[in-house]
Amino acid sequence: MILGRVAGRIVSTIHHPSMAGRSLLIVDKVGADGELADGYVIAVDAIGAGWGETVLVLDEGNGARQILQAPGVPVRSVVVGIVDNPVS
Amino acid sequence: MFLGRVIGTLVATTACEGMAGVPLLWVQPLGSDGAAKGQPFVCADGTRMAGPGETIYWEASREAALTLEPSFVPVDHAVVGIVDDRQLDAVPAPRRRPR
Repeated sequence: MILGRVAGRIVSTIHHPSMAGRSLLIVDKVGADGELADGYVIAVDAIGAGWGETVLVLDEGNGARQILQAPGVPVRSVVVGIVDNPVS
Repeated sequence: MFLGRVIGTLVATTACEGMAGVPLLWVQPLGSDGAAKGQPFVCADGTRMAGPGETIYWEASREAALTLEPSFVPVDHAVVGIVDDRQLDAVPAPRRRPR
């Protein structure tokens, strides 16, 4: 899993049928020091994360399909946790 | 998934089984700020509705092939949806259920 910070969301009305009703978040990657790192990912929100929150992103397809309980969904990245204390 | 912009279309009359009728698009990958980043590549269009100039989001690797039917096709980049809007402004986090 990777650490990220929610930077925004994607609004999309035309999409693959399996994406209907799924919330898409723009997640900027965060390093071990808690600072923004290079890169981002668009992830499906499985838990209800909001803007500015530090989140755990699962970045693997088979696990993503299990979490979303959809065998054919073309998604690799899913927000699976909200981090309370990102840096100790 | 990542952001991209459709910069052109492609036609492949002779293609592998399962890819007949699948639209192929040139896609320029974008950073989260919407600026071009990296080299363009060819995407299969899982929405079948994307066209040049549109901002899309795409998926790579095995998950890309899942946008097509049948999904056992030699595709490694695919358009999953068309972006209407990127909301990057400071929206307060929604209140969650108490634990």
